Amino acid sequence: MLGKLSWAAIPLHQPIPLVASAVVIVGITAVLVLVIYKGWLPYLWREWITSVDHKRIGVMYIVLALIMLMRGFIDAMMMRTQLAVAAGSAQGYLPPEHYNQIFSAHGTIMIFMVGMTFMVGLMNFVVPLQIGARDVAFPVLNSVSFWLTAAGALLINLSLVVGEFARTGWLAYPPLSELAYSPGVGVDYYLWALQIAGVGSLLSGINLTTTILKLRTYGMGYARMPIFCWTALASNLLIIAAFPILTATLGMLLLDRYLGFHFFTNDFGGNAMMYINLIWAWGHPEVYILMLPAFGVFSAVISTFSSKPLFGYRSMIMATMSICMLSFMVWLHHFFTMGAGADVNGFFGIMTMIIAVPTGVKVFNWLFTLYGGRVRFETPLLWALGFMITFVIGGMTGVLLAIPPADFVLHNSLFLIAHFHNVIIGGVMFGAYAGYTFWFPKAFGFTLHERLGKAIFWCWLIGFYLAFMPLYILGLMGATRRMQHYSEMSWQPLMVVALVGAVIILLGIILTVVQLVVSIRARQSRKVGGDPWNGRTLEWSISSPPPSYNFIDLPQVSAPDSFWLTKQSDKPISDQHHDPDDVTPPTIPSPSAVGFVTAFFAVITGFALVWHIDWMAIMGLLCIVITWLVYAWRNSDDNEVSSQTIETFDASSAKSQTT
Amino acid sequence: MNTASAMLQPIQSDDIPLSERGPAPTRVVVAYGFWLFLLSDIIVFAALFAAYAVLVTRTVGGPSGSQLFNREHVFIETACLLASSFTCALSSLAIELHNKKYTYLFSALTFVLGIAFVALEFIEFTHMIVAGNGPTRSAFLSAFFALVGAHGIHVTLGLCWLVMMMAQVANFGFTARIARRLLCFSLFWHALDIVWIGVFTIVYLGAR
Repeated sequence: MLGKLSWAAIPLHQPIPLVASAVVIVGITAVLVLVIYKGWLPYLWREWITSVDHKRIGVMYIVLALIMLMRGFIDAMMMRTQLAVAAGSAQGYLPPEHYNQIFSAHGTIMIFMVGMTFMVGLMNFVVPLQIGARDVAFPVLNSVSFWLTAAGALLINLSLVVGEFARTGWLAYPPLSELAYSPGVGVDYYLWALQIAGVGSLLSGINLTTTILKLRTYGMGYARMPIFCWTALASNLLIIAAFPILTATLGMLLLDRYLGFHFFTNDFGGNAMMYINLIWAWGHPEVYILMLPAFGVFSAVISTFSSKPLFGYRSMIMATMSICMLSFMVWLHHFFTMGAGADVNGFFGIMTMIIAVPTGVKVFNWLFTLYGGRVRFETPLLWALGFMITFVIGGMTGVLLAIPPADFVLHNSLFLIAHFHNVIIGGVMFGAYAGYTFWFPKAFGFTLHERLGKAIFWCWLIGFYLAFMPLYILGLMGATRRMQHYSEMSWQPLMVVALVGAVIILLGIILTVVQLVVSIRARQSRKVGGDPWNGRTLEWSISSPPPSYNFIDLPQVSAPDSFWLTKQSDKPISDQHHDPDDVTPPTIPSPSAVGFVTAFFAVITGFALVWHIDWMAIMGLLCIVITWLVYAWRNSDDNEVSSQTIETFDASSAKSQTT
Repeated sequence: MNTASAMLQPIQSDDIPLSERGPAPTRVVVAYGFWLFLLSDIIVFAALFAAYAVLVTRTVGGPSGSQLFNREHVFIETACLLASSFTCALSSLAIELHNKKYTYLFSALTFVLGIAFVALEFIEFTHMIVAGNGPTRSAFLSAFFALVGAHGIHVTLGLCWLVMMMAQVANFGFTARIARRLLCFSLFWHALDIVWIGVFTIVYLGAR
């Protein structure tokens, strides 16, 4: 009746997971009680949960990313504290089987639920505004994508309470992840959570690519698109090309585990190295799926706060698209030690060094944008400057690792860990924070607290260097990744320094919450108009927050940085309308619960599949199909925005901006 | 291009480049998005083909492709699927003409041919599994069942979609939205044909 599920799945005898799950359950219950008690539920349901507005969905993505950042960071703190104490005869407080779950969950959460989610959130919010569109191409699908991502996140967190998580590392390499060596449900949680969230990512990639290629406003040719839209396009093309590989690969592992297939098993001719090739054929593009939108954020931030057009706009596009292509030709550098031979390793080593070239082009473009500009050192620019220095260091250690003989020495050492945290924190996280601070006033109509923002930046920057520079040295000293204990006492001082760095980053994360609370409480005095940063692109030409339909008239564009040029010429943007006869009243799609309901049943299906509860899985799938059929048979369509709504919005935003 | 979608286009003059003419009409947007989905779906098959190519020699003492496959059987199967693509195209023409009778007729033919394909594949699989040559027998057979089975599942889902679309035509008629969905269905059906041509060539004709 309940498959493999029994009371043994609840971690009653393990104090740490028990406390952690109790905290999660109490937290979720407290939030639910508060929401119901305060009577916010109808509002949340109407305005957020069933919303298909790309701006709301973008905000929800970022909220999810911030929550998951905290979850992933708790894992990081546990690892760092464990390693600071578990030297020599001391064993620390985490047993190996628990420690293995923690580093697996940390990697999985940080990449899929924080990095991906944050970037998709930013793209969702910004891209339609920058290209002058009223929404994404498929708004309801957008809601489905978001809620499927949230469903994946929920399944990962569910594993904390019921059962266990994978102990196989964040990519679940076979044969360790095969049934023979991981008979528990941990790997199944991992696989189903990623399959569900992966479908969400794929649909979102299709949606945003279609939006960018087909819904640009009048006059917005490809060479007039803001760079953030270009990087978003490259990133979403990579999602379309790479995520199906992940789906197929995880699908094969699922067939191995559930139906006794032999894709990656040790016996019956399976080939585990095929998994590692396939997963990195997705995994390396994935790195750039995260990184490219961050490059776009920095381009927007640097040119805005230098009050200058981006230096080398066209070379930036070329660099972005060559990274997009080249990212599919370097995957083997993740496992030079496979034994592919000197020719193959040499090819991939050289390709890896070549991909550093367009990245270098970008760095020089940013530097020349700053050069001679009227630079304003506001928080988003600080993140961009911190990124440039940190990312260049990370890039150089990456090129070092691209040399196969050096990689043979450094493979799976803490040097590698330091390298990829260097580029992912220094690149993706800094980019996420820069974008968050930069576009926050656009989303909510008031700015984030400036001094706290700077404090957050310094915490992350100093904390990062303290936490990861020691790891480079430890890696050169021979410390390997994924170890729960070490006997070499001379490593301990550096491990303690790394812990101090992690604590400083923790302070930055706490301050992020404080900043949010302080800014929301002082929102009346922090109110800003449509263009708080003296921006350059179309999103700053409309009010903050924008109306649900974004633009009453679709703007006409004649150059990159069109809004900046309009401001220079003192001509209001709407006066340059393409064709006065062609004004169609804006339409917005009606809210839809399809996304939420689908994700609800996806969680049930995923949970049932993890525990082999067949009837429940079938029921869940059937319910998803019925949801879609009901939706397919709907009669209503998009709502035209009445002129009354527009007038009301104009009046209220005019009122709020004068007060 | 029919008149309805021409009306949705902004006034065009030839001196405005295509990329600067503003947002595309819904029909184009939907078809474009669906094309991107099909491309991603084809990449799933690409990964399965790659796995098949890697594992095709790993028979581990079990039968190889040439010992298992019956080319005549597969030829009939292929003929059914290709013919169903032809009838699907005919039904697209009927849809364009808003002719319900011929839409139903050619869709029914598509459905029958599709069902025949799935049934023939089912028979082939059952024979293999009953003879002890199921997917658990060797890595080669795992890859075979996953690749061909994934295609079979796609065809089955396509058939369910076709039934639903006919119900929608009966229910709503040829509205713009239904027409877009029918267009997506025909794209899907033809894409499955392309994938099958790969399967037929590489798996069945290439069997050693």
